[in-house]
Amino acid sequence: MSPHSPSPIGSDETRTNSAGITVRIQAEDFDAGREIAALTEGNGNAGAVVTFTGLCRDEDGRLAALELEHYPGMAEAEITRIAEEACRRWPLGGLTVIHRHGRIVPGANIVLVVAVSRHRRAAFEAAEFLMDYLKTRAPFWKKEHLRDGGDGGWVDARDSDTRDADRWTAARPVDP
Amino acid sequence: MQLRYFAWVREKVGFDAEEIDLPETVTTVAGLLDWLAARDDAHAAAFADRGTIRVALDQMHVEHDAPLTGAREAAFFPPMTGG
Repeated sequence: MSPHSPSPIGSDETRTNSAGITVRIQAEDFDAGREIAALTEGNGNAGAVVTFTGLCRDEDGRLAALELEHYPGMAEAEITRIAEEACRRWPLGGLTVIHRHGRIVPGANIVLVVAVSRHRRAAFEAAEFLMDYLKTRAPFWKKEHLRDGGDGGWVDARDSDTRDADRWTAARPVDP
Repeated sequence: MQLRYFAWVREKVGFDAEEIDLPETVTTVAGLLDWLAARDDAHAAAFADRGTIRVALDQMHVEHDAPLTGAREAAFFPPMTGG
């Protein structure tokens, strides 16, 4: 199959609900442009689209690949819960989250968030909220494979990611 | 009860899933961690630093003081590093 599959066909699991939330957990690559088009075409109230794409770094040439392990079922469920919370906090016209698993080489895509709203602030904030919560709550774990053939071990969670997620606890949603 | 292990917890336990008969005396997540750690060296090593272990019951995050009431699946894993 094409590495840039335009449809959810072939993804491990897709959840799309009536609020316009789509969550996909998949091994294959995604195309941010196609995902934006899918959310905005025919959506006359879409005045703002914010996308975040997370890529695999090579860590200054040290890394050959990342291996992303995930908890099938819970990964979809937890990201959907976070996306639903974002839709309660901000007036969104659509939200797509795609997270890849398996072996990912430097430069390749890992995660995509696309948030659509009438005005920019809701889309900016919702995309950031999604990423901050996804980092600390979505059940994925990264293992490093080194270019010298060695095993770089499991990536440690960062305290800064927990602080980034915690700051939303006190934050109030924006007015529609 | 079905138990699942991920990332380095899985590697230390030595397998990714097992089925257990939960003793009636084990009623909380913390109790289950203690009971598993007492079973063999592999579980003891995986759960040596209890504070770093994250737990999900039926695919929902829970704290260690959560009751096991009715849960069919418990999962144990390190802090998450997705995104």
